Amino acid sequence: MSKTIDTREAVMVGRRSDGTLVRRPLSPHLQAYDMLQMTSALSITHRITGVVWSVGMVFLVWWLASAAGGEASFNGAQWFFGSFFGILGLLGLTAVAWYHTLNGLRHLYWDSGRGFDLPTTYLTGRAVLIGTAALTALTWLVMLITWI
Amino acid sequence: MAAPTIRSLRSPLGRVRGLGAAKGGTHHWWMMRVTSIALLPLTLWLVFSLARMPDATWQQATAWIGRPFNAVLLLAFLAAAFHHTAYGLQEVVEDYVRGEMTKLGALLAVKGLCAVLWLTATLAVLRIAV
Repeated sequence: MSKTIDTREAVMVGRRSDGTLVRRPLSPHLQAYDMLQMTSALSITHRITGVVWSVGMVFLVWWLASAAGGEASFNGAQWFFGSFFGILGLLGLTAVAWYHTLNGLRHLYWDSGRGFDLPTTYLTGRAVLIGTAALTALTWLVMLITWI
Repeated sequence: MAAPTIRSLRSPLGRVRGLGAAKGGTHHWWMMRVTSIALLPLTLWLVFSLARMPDATWQQATAWIGRPFNAVLLLAFLAAAFHHTAYGLQEVVEDYVRGEMTKLGALLAVKGLCAVLWLTATLAVLRIAV
């Protein structure tokens, strides 16, 4: 704890050549940047969808464990997933999963050292949004066709 | 803004050296990529497989989980997904949780929860498949 403060203090304070102490400037962060730019909005959405998917994994574990537990427990889980909140949650999770998958693909593309220029960044960003909508619609279309 | 002060005779570099947050950062970064590549085909397979059984009975669901092909891919998905989840949530905790003890506690809780959930789901698949 004290170490954290000490570290922050150490890296934020510099010295001029004449020896006087000077507080180094913080890069202009939340106060200066427009948070509604597509780049930053998609970036924080990637993290949020990751956390939401982590919570969603609990439902997959529940579904598998209920199936292993026998017919009664499985029917209980299936009832929840078929309820209003169950369907709403699964619909949201589908979109979240496809967004995180497609934007993860975008991150892997960046990791190869490509696609950092602004036009490409916006192009891939739009592709992720359109792809998320398309794959979410396709997933639920497949579900509806099977169900009917 | 208050004038900066240094209440230590040690140099700033000497005070921060060895206090890097990640220690094993490269391994962490690389494993996130390895698991994410594994999860691309596995997620496509799992999501569309689950979408095709909305009204599955217990007999149908357990028959699907118990098929060796599906059971192996499910086990692979669970391993890759919970590894990726634990590492991903670790990044979130390290970025937002202040205080060494609180951070350590949150990290242990995240890792423990992911391990228990992974083992639970894995046991469930094995019980049905074996």
